[in-house]
Amino acid sequence: MKRELVIISGKGGTGKTSITAAFASFASNAILCDADVDAADLHLLMQPEIKKTTDFIGGSKAIIRNQDCSECGRCRDLCRFDAISKDYVVDPIACEGCGVCVDLCPEQAIDFPVQKCGEWFISDTRFGPMVHARLGIAEENSGKLVSQVRKESGKLAEEKGIDLILTDGPPGIGCPVIAAIGGATALLIVVEPTVSGLHDLQRVADLAAHFKVPGMVCINKFDLNEEMTAKIETMCVTRRMTHVGRIPFDPTVTRAMIEGKNVVEFAPLADASRAIREVWKSVLASPAMNTLGIKDFSTTIQ
Amino acid sequence: MIISVASGKGGTGKTTVATNLALSLGSDVRLLDCDVEEPNAHLFLDPEIRHKDEVSTWVPVIREEACTACRKCAEICRFRALTVVGKKVLVFPELCHSCGGCLEICPEDAIAGGERPLGTVEWGRSGKLGFVHGRLRIGEAMAPPLIRRVRAEVNGENTIIIDAPPGTSCPVIAAMRGSDYVILVTEPTPFGLHDLVLAVEAVRTLNIPCGLVINRADIGDDRVKEYAEREGMPILMEIPFDRKIAEAYSSGNPFVEVMPEWGERFRELYRRIEAGKETQ
Repeated sequence: MKRELVIISGKGGTGKTSITAAFASFASNAILCDADVDAADLHLLMQPEIKKTTDFIGGSKAIIRNQDCSECGRCRDLCRFDAISKDYVVDPIACEGCGVCVDLCPEQAIDFPVQKCGEWFISDTRFGPMVHARLGIAEENSGKLVSQVRKESGKLAEEKGIDLILTDGPPGIGCPVIAAIGGATALLIVVEPTVSGLHDLQRVADLAAHFKVPGMVCINKFDLNEEMTAKIETMCVTRRMTHVGRIPFDPTVTRAMIEGKNVVEFAPLADASRAIREVWKSVLASPAMNTLGIKDFSTTIQ
Repeated sequence: MIISVASGKGGTGKTTVATNLALSLGSDVRLLDCDVEEPNAHLFLDPEIRHKDEVSTWVPVIREEACTACRKCAEICRFRALTVVGKKVLVFPELCHSCGGCLEICPEDAIAGGERPLGTVEWGRSGKLGFVHGRLRIGEAMAPPLIRRVRAEVNGENTIIIDAPPGTSCPVIAAMRGSDYVILVTEPTPFGLHDLVLAVEAVRTLNIPCGLVINRADIGDDRVKEYAEREGMPILMEIPFDRKIAEAYSSGNPFVEVMPEWGERFRELYRRIEAGKETQ
């Protein structure tokens, strides 16, 4: 039974990628999927060897052919995104790609070419196959690209007979996160013991509850504020999120990153490595991650 | 002057820099928290909220009595928010980008305006500081329309500080657009550098001058500084990893209040930006 664990956090920079990469050392047979397409970092620890590159076609942008334009102003009246200047040039960053001006231009003077918005890759790493992507700068449609890399990870898992996908998710609660968690087996939410961490955890837990995905929580750098750690652990109980462990603040994690390695391979006996091993065991043993594919509704976040 | 505080990577200290800078500058300053997915500035500023608005976006509603199921609305919609099944038009409001194409094209005048809630915008004050933030509704995918609403809340103040969302795609662009200057907050690690390079590219597509604040400046290596030097990008401030700063942050206290000597450093940073010397 194929399972997908998606690692998210709400707040950025809490350690999602470092923990996902460390898990790769423990999982004997898994696919790695980087679903943070906007600021993807997992490849920095995995050094993937790219086997296949595919263009990501996101949408279209309007371009006015000035030689055919009668400057009637219809497109400027229609555009709800203020993307067309007084001298009839479309700002590609403001253009939403709705095509309303294209269809309704009386002179039919507006082209609407499809845009390459990024690329996605299938790669090999020292831990197994990896699917990842790069969204173009200032692009839209990150949710669509997230869905694409997850779909490709699923296909690859089936082809290779691999039953576990580790997905490094994006921060926030908007379109890319919604695309990253829909249909996931379970979420691991990485949180730091700060007021921001607690606040953002509540928002992302609300989102997981909204989409009925089971969630687990691990507290990273728990020793920076033990009072806040205790508060987060209490909240996990009331909201029915399995608390799967605490990871101490450990500068070894940054040192490993600088060497391009995950902390477990860099220093297996470091405090953080030992703690992540315990988190990994708890994640695999959790009811939500059962190998029979039983959906256990008692694990759904409240 | 409008200054955006952004970063490619999350968790580098955008909110720390935005709130401490805003608090250091005194009166006639307004902070706009444009990280509507995970707004955090209020946790540090503890503003007194004086006004709150529910914000929504336009979506079509079909007047069935007038609709002839001619399919024109479904054909113009690039977002597949409208589809025709038999003699009935189905609307998927969560896919709608509010472009109004269906409204324009419908020959029967069968499209009325409905609303999809985006979230809330709240206005308040924290001492002398003006404050506005947006909170995206849970389950709402599109952050940029709400970000644009918050971003528009400029009310003649001398200085606007924008706390931007992480990343390099449409939400951060919506927040930074029209700023006079962007402060990019980074940390000296491979992840920090990698995402900084992407963020710099994003700022450059908008033609806005930018400078760096290196947070936890002593935890990593020198590659961020080497990059800044190569690119001729000013380093406006370095904040060391200091347990006192980390603890103040974890409890929701702006560190300029605990370590007042930093107030003058933030004012100096502002003067450097204002003097225009730090443009590239």
